[in-house]
Amino acid sequence: MTRTPRLVTLLVAVLLLGAVGTGSVLYAAHRSGMRDRQQADGPTVRAGTVSLRPTAGRRLLVRNLAWGPHRDEIATVPADDPEGPRTASGVKCLRFHAAAGTGICLQAVHGALEDTYRAVVLDAHLRERHRFPAAGIPTRARVSPSGHMVAWTVFVSGDSYAGPNFSTRTAVVDTRTWAIDDNLETFHIVKDGRTYHAADTNVWGVTFADDNRFYATLATGGRTYLVRGDVTARTLTTLHRNVECPSLSPDGTRVAYKKRVKGLSPDAPWRLYVLDLRTMKETATAESRDIDDQALWADDDTLVYALPGDYGSDLWTVPADGTGTAHRLMTSAVAPAYLG
Amino acid sequence: MYLADSRSTGSRGTEAAVVPDTPPVRRPAAVPSTVLALGAVSLITDVSSEMVTAVLPLYVVAGLGLSPLGFGLLDGINNGVGALVRLAGGHLADRGGRRHKVVAGLGYGLSALCKPLLLLAHTLPVLSAVLAVDRTGKGLRTAPRDAMISLATEPAHRGRAFGVHRAMDTTGALLGPLVAFAVLRATVDGYDAVFAVSGCVAVLGVLVLVLFVPRRIDAPADAVRRPPPPEPVRPPQLREAIGLLRRPELRRLTVCAALLGLTTVSDSFLYLLLQREGNLPAHLFPLLPLGTAACFLLLAVPLGALADRVSRRLLFLAGHGVLLLGYGLVLSPWHGVPAVIAVLVLHGTFYAATDGVLAAATAAVVPARHQGAGQALVGTGQALARFACSLAFGAAWSLWGGRTALAVTAAALAVSAVVAVFVLRGTAETPTPDEVPA
Repeated sequence: MTRTPRLVTLLVAVLLLGAVGTGSVLYAAHRSGMRDRQQADGPTVRAGTVSLRPTAGRRLLVRNLAWGPHRDEIATVPADDPEGPRTASGVKCLRFHAAAGTGICLQAVHGALEDTYRAVVLDAHLRERHRFPAAGIPTRARVSPSGHMVAWTVFVSGDSYAGPNFSTRTAVVDTRTWAIDDNLETFHIVKDGRTYHAADTNVWGVTFADDNRFYATLATGGRTYLVRGDVTARTLTTLHRNVECPSLSPDGTRVAYKKRVKGLSPDAPWRLYVLDLRTMKETATAESRDIDDQALWADDDTLVYALPGDYGSDLWTVPADGTGTAHRLMTSAVAPAYLG
Repeated sequence: MYLADSRSTGSRGTEAAVVPDTPPVRRPAAVPSTVLALGAVSLITDVSSEMVTAVLPLYVVAGLGLSPLGFGLLDGINNGVGALVRLAGGHLADRGGRRHKVVAGLGYGLSALCKPLLLLAHTLPVLSAVLAVDRTGKGLRTAPRDAMISLATEPAHRGRAFGVHRAMDTTGALLGPLVAFAVLRATVDGYDAVFAVSGCVAVLGVLVLVLFVPRRIDAPADAVRRPPPPEPVRPPQLREAIGLLRRPELRRLTVCAALLGLTTVSDSFLYLLLQREGNLPAHLFPLLPLGTAACFLLLAVPLGALADRVSRRLLFLAGHGVLLLGYGLVLSPWHGVPAVIAVLVLHGTFYAATDGVLAAATAAVVPARHQGAGQALVGTGQALARFACSLAFGAAWSLWGGRTALAVTAAALAVSAVVAVFVLRGTAETPTPDEVPA
């Protein structure tokens, strides 16, 4: 081929490929536009005032995933009527948790070049008290029972020596002093009674016992561990194997967690378990599906967790003692927190 | 160029036109059009693949709602397979009257094919499999591509030619994420649109290869003066390709590349150390690879040209000296953002002084009919050595901690560099006279 036909071929190809690319972008933009319109069969969502202060009845806060203008906003429903009308706060978060008048909201910041993320500590009126830059994509957030401490986990991906790889960064902040530990991997690790260091340590899924002690997952060497953490002493101590995303019961005696169960498909390896911290006895819950969430204790006997749903995810609930059956608590919601 | 510039400035124009700064004969020869075409293919392909890499974590976590930890567990296996594929790619390309373009095209095509497949992958195992195929394509095309760059360029200018190629390649890698996030912004989480656009871009890359890279790479015009010996009709056998290592120059180069590769800490470990040792705020972590890439991009061409003028081996060794300085800086008590920037500049300089330069040095010691296999041998030797270093470094980190592991590696690098100086000293930068180089 001489130069001209080659250039013409290239031009035609550029136009064709450009058309396909533009078409796919327009289609995706149209589809995302649909998500801003109210769902016909979805829950009622109204704009209103959401406060973290104690009110008459117990309430459930979630990130609302129902299509419409309030999608992704933190919304509240009465705890005894989770499928009832939702009150949307106007505050958008990817992950959220709240306790005792303090909220932690992990948000995406859409910059000109790329997305960045931040962790915003909210007061009882969901106003920003303080913000921190976050290193990657938000995945877990927790506030201590007193409301003094907050923690969050993000995913970061570095180009590892052999292609894409993911690791986590977990930060803990004292909201009384705004002191931050932005990478729990730097804590002193005691594994099976011995000081331990490795390049591949990852820590995620903090759950607070009080303003100093917490539990979390430590991963290293292809294994995961339940660790007990101490903010002041800056230590992590392993307690039990094969525990991910622990969640401490309100009475502090048990931990609900994701267990990687042998023999399951690598697509769906986790089941919801409860570990008794005194006896170290594991109990499988009646939820038989794969779960990938840090569960929440609705009370000392009941767990709430997210599962994939038609509009992203739904919230489900199951007894913590292995009895009963799982049932759906509310549709189109994620990142729950109980108040009151 | 300077004529147009000077004319626009008015009165100085006539002066400049009459008394040129440099006599025309000393102006460096233009980069061959084949190299520019291959550079364009790499640039376009890197835009496509980096688009995917940039949004993949977000897609996995936010789009699919999966926990990606442990993702890439098969990387060790992939690496071994990748090395074999690279060797096979290099050897296959040499067979049948230089099928470099066909094999490279297959590699680029395979990766392009993976982009639409990403639209269908909704679980981590499937996603990992698609990415592994993508990487196989990359392994397949690397050696034939470098062979074509060598064959198309006058031997004296290969350093610069590889520099131009690597700079174009890195430009694509830096542009990819920008395109990806622009698409993501326009579509509000339209990951499928990102993958579709990435697929279109990848197809365009293959097309540029098909249309603008000649099927048979002719020696550059200057080389015509010295006609090459008639090529044997029989295609190179696998035994011959392996037998390349019997050539002392290539063996020495491969040994040195592997030896230095064994003491080259992977980027991810270096960044992790920078962050943990230097108390770098965690949110600045994603910017570290950008710093290295930007410096690589800026210096690839000038250092490649310098290698042509001075000595490619010297620059390759000097590059490792720069890396050693970088390690020293990480270990030094100087912390903070300026220290981190200095380390990244040294790290980028290391790549600019070694990556394309090694390919150019390899080209000079391998006969034309074995260019693919020769590039594959040296490249694979280096890649496997670096992988071995990663495994050893990870283990050393667990035993002694990151700082000590780096200090030991730095000492080993210094020893390797000294050994490499002796191994490479006095050897000619051309192959033994029985065969004229490409």
